[in-house]
Amino acid sequence: MEVTILLLALFILSLFLGVELITKVPPTLHTPLMSGTNAVSGITLVGALLAAGSDTSPLLVNILGFVAVTLATLNVVGGYLVTNRMLSMFKRK
Amino acid sequence: MNPNLVNLVYLIAGVLFILGIKGLTKPKTAVRGNLLSAVGMMIAVIVTLMDSSVVNMTYIVAGVTVGTLIGAVMALRIQMTSMPEMVALLNGFGGGASLSIALAEYYSRLGLNATSVADLAAPVVVGSSAFGDGFQGTVTLVSITLTVLIGALTLTGSVIAFTKLKEIMKNSYGLPGGPIGNGLLLAAALFAVGTVVMDPGNTSAMLMLIGLAFLLGIFLVIPIGGADMPVVIALLNSYSGIAAALAGFILGNTVLIIAGSLVGTSGLILTNIMCVAMNRSLGNVLFGKMAEGGETIDADEIYAGKVTSAQADEVALILETAKRVVIVPGYGMAMAQAQHAVRELANAMEARGTEVEYGIHPVAGRMPGHMNVLLAEAEVPYDKLVEMDKINPTFDDTDVAIVLGANDVVNPMARDVEGSPIYGMPILNVDYAKTVVVIKRSLSPGFAGLPNPLFAMDNTIMVYGDGKKAVIEMTTALNQA
Repeated sequence: MEVTILLLALFILSLFLGVELITKVPPTLHTPLMSGTNAVSGITLVGALLAAGSDTSPLLVNILGFVAVTLATLNVVGGYLVTNRMLSMFKRK
Repeated sequence: MNPNLVNLVYLIAGVLFILGIKGLTKPKTAVRGNLLSAVGMMIAVIVTLMDSSVVNMTYIVAGVTVGTLIGAVMALRIQMTSMPEMVALLNGFGGGASLSIALAEYYSRLGLNATSVADLAAPVVVGSSAFGDGFQGTVTLVSITLTVLIGALTLTGSVIAFTKLKEIMKNSYGLPGGPIGNGLLLAAALFAVGTVVMDPGNTSAMLMLIGLAFLLGIFLVIPIGGADMPVVIALLNSYSGIAAALAGFILGNTVLIIAGSLVGTSGLILTNIMCVAMNRSLGNVLFGKMAEGGETIDADEIYAGKVTSAQADEVALILETAKRVVIVPGYGMAMAQAQHAVRELANAMEARGTEVEYGIHPVAGRMPGHMNVLLAEAEVPYDKLVEMDKINPTFDDTDVAIVLGANDVVNPMARDVEGSPIYGMPILNVDYAKTVVVIKRSLSPGFAGLPNPLFAMDNTIMVYGDGKKAVIEMTTALNQA
């Protein structure tokens, strides 16, 4: 079996899991949900690090990697911080 | 580092992301959920940095520094009323990151060492296994091209969404032919996808694809505005997740696939919730105008001589004796930054023994949950924020409904007038309350462009003026009573 098939299985099952999870998030938390998932999508940082940190690739690849690292870090840092800021407002009381 | 170990850590990170979102199902556990998710992100990044192929730290340190600085400043400075803009930008950055990764992977596998722009368009002879053999190679190429397509259109679409939310761009334009124009663009982009998959060395087809995808993003979002923005933001949110999952297929990276698909479904579900709350299909929001009204409705005929208006202190007299009050906020509350003033008014009423709740329509504001965040900022307890389906049966027992900066979501035509463009859209039945107080600058129509018969009803009182000012005046009058 090809690895791709396993990845596809992972993808499809994650989609179903996503539906089960997200439908249980109450409307009052929908904005933090969006900024929180923005942060999660910053996981592309992992792929970006590989591209930016390669020593054997042409300069163009490193530069694209740098752009990707910057944007993904922005999502991770900005996303988690602003979500935390919002959620703490819901928590206090 | 042992690849098995790396993938085990990725699995743990994926589980932490899932637990993080699970935490968001309750306000009490949400902060902890967000932290768990952040921990997952941290370990995934650390284990990646230990990968033997990551040797050149220059670009990484530079990128992480720039990203952290901008991200932190944005997150700590942004006003809660501007959250839609922030999320729009983050969607775009997510799309841009996936786009860059896909392109980096493409040029890296080509071994293209471009020194000028012309080099980028020069055809490259590709070794048969540069992208993997057989089926594997096709999957990689399809993933790369689709990531480029979705990542690029998410990037430009989000930038347009941001300028619309910031009201830098006020008008809505469309391609000639509307959906047909967009359809042609999409067809051309898919043709470029096919070309690159068949002949990966065709670098100019890749450049074409990037350009077409940028244009598609612009033209998909440019015709949409105002009250339809929540749908667009949720949809772009979904695209950014799908792009990340596709990037996971390029790199054979499990955690990208898990995280990306979670984000993708989240955005899609929110998109669907928004569409249902407007009783419109996604296609109608993206390409359609509001349905044509059967006969043109004359605003003057509805309003003439029937609208009662009052000053804030007169409204306070009514609030004095009210036992139950429901406040219905809309985008106007965000515009006027009136959330704190609203909370003060509620405090004043509660001090007199009045029961106060808030009725929240799913599409009030410019993004899902926008009103909830604003009121949470003003320290309104979240159990006072009541969803439409739960608050609607209570309006019969409500003495006063205060509508602040909302219009279409309380328009009774959506419920009563068959053939009206918004007929069928679920609304908050504020007109069932004994008295309705509408705080608004004028009788101007909302996003749907329709007159609102609510304003002319016998039990409705209009208070004209700035929302914040009017609410503060009511509070002052109430406290003096």
